[in-house]
Amino acid sequence: MRPLLKGYAMSTSLSRLLETRDWILADGATGTNLFNMGLTAGEAPELWNTDRPDNIRALYRGAVEAGSDLFLTNTFGGNASRLKLHDAQGRVRELNRVGASLGREIADAAGRPVVVAGSMGPTGEIMVPMGALTHELAVEMFHEQAEGLKEGGVDVLWVETISSPEEFAAAAEACAKAGMPWCGTMSFDTAGRTMMGVTSAAMVALVDQLANPPLAFGANCGVGAADLMRTLLGFVAAGPERPIIAKGNAGIPKYHDGHIHYDGTPELMAEYAVLARDAGATIIGGCCGTMPEHLASMRRALEERPRGARPTLDEIAEKLGGFSSTSDGTGADEGAGRERRGRRRG
Amino acid sequence: MADEEDIILSELDDEELVLQMHDDLYDGLKDEIEEGVRILLDRGWTPYDVLTKALVAGMTIVGADFRDGILFVPEVLLAANAMKAGMAILKPLLAETGAPKVGKMVIGTVKGDIHDIGKNLVGMMMEGAGFEVVDIGINNPVENYIAALEREQADILGMSALLTTTMPYMKVVIDTMKEKGMREDYIVLVGGAPLNEEFGKAIGADAYCRDAAVAVQTAKDYMSRKHNKLAAG
Repeated sequence: MRPLLKGYAMSTSLSRLLETRDWILADGATGTNLFNMGLTAGEAPELWNTDRPDNIRALYRGAVEAGSDLFLTNTFGGNASRLKLHDAQGRVRELNRVGASLGREIADAAGRPVVVAGSMGPTGEIMVPMGALTHELAVEMFHEQAEGLKEGGVDVLWVETISSPEEFAAAAEACAKAGMPWCGTMSFDTAGRTMMGVTSAAMVALVDQLANPPLAFGANCGVGAADLMRTLLGFVAAGPERPIIAKGNAGIPKYHDGHIHYDGTPELMAEYAVLARDAGATIIGGCCGTMPEHLASMRRALEERPRGARPTLDEIAEKLGGFSSTSDGTGADEGAGRERRGRRRG
Repeated sequence: MADEEDIILSELDDEELVLQMHDDLYDGLKDEIEEGVRILLDRGWTPYDVLTKALVAGMTIVGADFRDGILFVPEVLLAANAMKAGMAILKPLLAETGAPKVGKMVIGTVKGDIHDIGKNLVGMMMEGAGFEVVDIGINNPVENYIAALEREQADILGMSALLTTTMPYMKVVIDTMKEKGMREDYIVLVGGAPLNEEFGKAIGADAYCRDAAVAVQTAKDYMSRKHNKLAAG
């Protein structure tokens, strides 16, 4: 038997899981699940780590019992910039540590290898030169959060829903400072790009040039499952060297009787999971609207349905619905701008 | 561009200068926009003409390319910053000359929602289109919206939410406006990544705006309808 690496003795290493498994089922929604448990508009979900730990245990357990091999901690908005808006900027370390340790507890009791991934969402600030947030400050904020997650016992850090390349790079640096492996996903929600204009191909290039590259990279959230699949095909076309993560929303949000319901059925998400695997994703999960019943249905489909050929855009649209924009910025039309007058230097 | 020869703004005639300013806005060149605004004012242009023909017209191009997926948020933010610098010079002059007003908007993210990038972007683009924007910030309970609308005598209410957990609060605000009998006095626009048109209708907003460019166009459409209605008596 191979000796276990120090510090990883109690935990499941994602890299080991990636070596031994064909696909890994990640988790689904955090916000949608907590909302169903009574989280109200105005509350920071991270405060529930200490205020209502049983709800957070239930959230994690829901994913594990539905078959997830990996779940994210309830720490998405757990950086100083976001917590400041709830006057909890002094509790970054604590809230992340507790959110992570609750996760550790559930994973260790699972009876099979389950990876605890420490969720780190965006700061919500715009970085220089467009905004005021400096690289140094962004690194500091992410690092503070990463240390809390590390203390709580996460196996891997999980940077998600990022739209700016500068912020992604700052998070990468913070993960290196914390001495932790990490994964990173961006949200492609604007005509197939991130809000800041990053295409799927550009993200592959971005990931490859980082001094501290992630174990795996990919896309989460965004518009619907179909759009996410198109982004995934964009990654694959760029020939990435790392495993790809696909965490798409369960359809599109609809409003019914005072609450939000995502229109993606468990059957649709099962279809999406199989398509994502066939397209080349290794870590497959959901995002907003993805509940335990969706995850169970995804797990069953991944286990039962044989691997198929990489789907085409037409097949994706046929099975998951159409795309939110005609192009995703990676095709031949890229760079087709407005006819310009001479650019002037000031 | 092969030759990057410097252009001297003051040597351009009015028409050339305005076109150059459109390009400079597009490129987010703040200093050049300030210089252009001053030159036009020195040449006797009214502040209102500088605003509409040079700045607003330039931002319209930026907005169209943003809508069409040619420009993205970073470029739009730089353009809006340049626009704002020009506006800072014009604002006191516009007030003095009693120039016509496009409309006034109160904007803020709803209670529980602290994601303000979208809101800021809409605010900047609305200012870029000549609207007066009162930004009440993030995490607003219904009382804040009501108080700001009344205090500012605004025409438009803009609400933003990025989270599915905070979207429903928009309905709370609209329902409160109805209870107070003030809903019909305002144009209510909603936006944010998880929203869609169906949601906007379901909660009783006038319109859902997919992005900042659409918000500007929708606001303009509703304002002209409002003016027509007033004129019709």
